[in-house]
Amino acid sequence: MNAVAANNQGVSLEVRGLRRTIKGQPILKGIDLTVRRGEIFVIMGPSGSGKSMLLKHIIGLERPDEGEILVEGCSMRAPETMSRYRLAMVFQSAALLSSLSVAENVGLYLCEHRLKPPKEIDRIVAEKLELVGLKGTESLMPNELSGGMQKRVAIARALVIEPQLILYDEPTSELDPLRAVSIGREILALRDRTHATSIIVTHDRDLAFGVADRVAIINEGKILFAGTAEEVHHQPDPVIREFLTVTFKPINHTEQP
Amino acid sequence: MFQNIGEMWLLFWRTLEALPLTWRQRRKVAEQLFEIGNASLLMVCILSLFIGGVIALQTGTRLAERGLASLLGGLVGLSMCEELAPVMMAVLISGRIGSAIAAELGSMQVYQEIDALRTMNINPIHYLVLPRMVAISVALPILVVFSMLVGWAGGALVAAANPEIHVSVAAFFSDLRHAVRMFDISKGLIKSLVFAIVIGTVSCHQGLQTIGGPRGVGRSVTKAVVNAIVLILILDYFLTRFLVYFER
Repeated sequence: MNAVAANNQGVSLEVRGLRRTIKGQPILKGIDLTVRRGEIFVIMGPSGSGKSMLLKHIIGLERPDEGEILVEGCSMRAPETMSRYRLAMVFQSAALLSSLSVAENVGLYLCEHRLKPPKEIDRIVAEKLELVGLKGTESLMPNELSGGMQKRVAIARALVIEPQLILYDEPTSELDPLRAVSIGREILALRDRTHATSIIVTHDRDLAFGVADRVAIINEGKILFAGTAEEVHHQPDPVIREFLTVTFKPINHTEQP
Repeated sequence: MFQNIGEMWLLFWRTLEALPLTWRQRRKVAEQLFEIGNASLLMVCILSLFIGGVIALQTGTRLAERGLASLLGGLVGLSMCEELAPVMMAVLISGRIGSAIAAELGSMQVYQEIDALRTMNINPIHYLVLPRMVAISVALPILVVFSMLVGWAGGALVAAANPEIHVSVAAFFSDLRHAVRMFDISKGLIKSLVFAIVIGTVSCHQGLQTIGGPRGVGRSVTKAVVNAIVLILILDYFLTRFLVYFER
């Protein structure tokens, strides 16, 4: 195992010429991007732009037609890469196993891979749940939790893996603004504590510019721009400008008595 | 269709390869066994009692007319253990358990729970398919034995109670013991094991292939039940041919 994997630091990620077509419809049209060790990299874009599909390719749930994904220079297609580096993903829907309790969900990775004895797993589960502010919820079932709590359990489940790369798919969708801010703070705190590399896919502008070290804008399967938040704000591209500045204006506002 | 058959073979083969991991998944196997037993046992008893009774009623009166009522025990015994118990129980389990498996795995697929397992390097075949396949392969032959016994009892009750047939319970079972050999019971058990594998493979495959939302889950459940029943009935013919050949 190399030094990076051994010391629990984040890993670098490189995506080269990633292309994917599903049922004749091109979803990813040659994605190139680089994520540095330990940074929070946000991928923003409108719905249907290919953000979540890109994330699924990075974690290995989908296979690209062309191109490759490199973690610390090792191809994700190589079988040893997944075992050498610890990757975790927090799904948009939380994706907790509905038949398992909160504690069983969080401890599932350790339990199934028999990495720790049961008492140690209980201790780690309690510790991770406390980290995400859900102490004492071990025995609850996922359907007894709110959407925000489910997302935090999903984050705790990812943390148990002690990931070097953690992927968040729309972490603030379906959450009220207060919960969204608390999830954003959670992501920042986790990066500071674990030094893991984080990739966040979102269309929540507040979250993106609140936590990102760098931001990439994706549209129709292509990366339009990648850079710091300030650089993105100064981009003249009309698609980026519209995406960053569009606001809701009530149509009949002036007709109100 | 051929793609589906190929995928099912692959799923079955991968499950076979994972068989040595069964002991590790014993808790889940036990949970599934309890689920199957709990959901089916009462239904198996009711269904089998009436199937045994109907065969005795339909054939008993005709045999009695020809003075052959004493052969009724053997006829009900052989019908139940060679054909009706394995086939009817397989159809019942397809409806009750196969549909439940397809719905559960389908929902897990739709709500990305299976993707979540994959990201944790947990193989869904080891974690989800193996316990269900092992449990159904153990449970169905046991349920078929129950079905045979209850079916025989149903036949004996009808034969004794119906004045047109009028064969005592002792005479019924005496003929049954004479006619039914261990090989006949084994034939039923072999069939039930094959049917269990078919139900498990088809249901798990349909569940894992689910796409779309709740409508997709519904579609998978329907396909799982229909495909399993069709396959069971087709395989029943070929299995019977195969076992008859061995009997010679």
